[in-house]
Amino acid sequence: MVSPAHYIWLAVILFVIGAVGVLVRRNALVIFMCVELMLNAANLAFIGFSRLHGALDGQVIAFFVMVVAAAEVVVGLAIIMSIYRTRRSASVDDANLLKY
Amino acid sequence: MLLAAGAATATQETTFWVLAIVAGVAGLGMVLSPKAVHCAVLLAVAMLSLAVLYALAGAPFLAFVQVIVYTGAVLMLFLFVLMIVGVTSADALVETIRGQRVWAVLAAIGLLVLLLLVIGHAAIGPAAAPSSANFGTSNITGLAELIFTKYVWAFEVTSALLITAALGAMVLAHRERMSPKPTQKELSIRRIASSRPAPLPGPGTYARHNAADMPAMLPDGSNAELSVSTSMVPRADRPQVTAPRSESSAAAESGAEEDRW
Repeated sequence: MVSPAHYIWLAVILFVIGAVGVLVRRNALVIFMCVELMLNAANLAFIGFSRLHGALDGQVIAFFVMVVAAAEVVVGLAIIMSIYRTRRSASVDDANLLKY
Repeated sequence: MLLAAGAATATQETTFWVLAIVAGVAGLGMVLSPKAVHCAVLLAVAMLSLAVLYALAGAPFLAFVQVIVYTGAVLMLFLFVLMIVGVTSADALVETIRGQRVWAVLAAIGLLVLLLLVIGHAAIGPAAAPSSANFGTSNITGLAELIFTKYVWAFEVTSALLITAALGAMVLAHRERMSPKPTQKELSIRRIASSRPAPLPGPGTYARHNAADMPAMLPDGSNAELSVSTSMVPRADRPQVTAPRSESSAAAESGAEEDRW
């Protein structure tokens, strides 16, 4: 039996990897993928805690996280598409019109 | 009996460690690989290994949802958008904010240390004995019971969220047509007025083979350049001329750069 702590450790590591990606990468799509990795890490933590407590509530919450992530991806990708249409670029550095 | 249980435990631990390493390495590769397509594929690897981990942790339903929704739908959506936005768009390696990478990595190390300390101080015991067979055969029944009783309000709100998201995506992706759509009559008039009323030659006609990037051969033995789709041309001569192509694409890039402003 794998201890629930192992799942939590793995979730922490994956979350930090995703956070590094969000901070370092400049392509909006790759940033989105890193956000997905962070959401997956959160799900893994929820499932680990669900195992720890022997109750299914954590799994239900992970399920809702998946639904929210799907909705977020749909809207986010539509935004990236419309930005790409007007600016011809998917780099977050190019969307700086509000800066000046 | 006891031996079998021990073997099962060992198998589970081996599976966990192998998949944990695979997921971690795939995640790191996703952050480090400069091409967006490689990132998507590595993310698929990480998500699939996480799905197996979910099944290992007693969440078979979520494991399947992970495969179907995440790797099946979300990641394929990513790939579609990637194809539209441009597969070749590699990440810019220029730092726009000075020292951003260093500070980002430092912040991440700080976050990692913080989380590890917090979790290291928490007393996480072994898995509680599941109250019922909720983590095995009756997992879906248990989840359904919870979703439709305790969490029914969240479930209903979720439906509103999904409808809103679908509507938002449609509104954002919608483009108003600036000019009226040409009718069939106008199209045919335009075609007769052009110098070529007949259809374009297909690729590979009378050529040595009929690949899509092979131009058709004219009676005098020359190539009919019009027979190859313009999007195939850079791919056709990729092995021979890589340097001029990158130069020309760089020129196109700078041209687009000027257009943009």
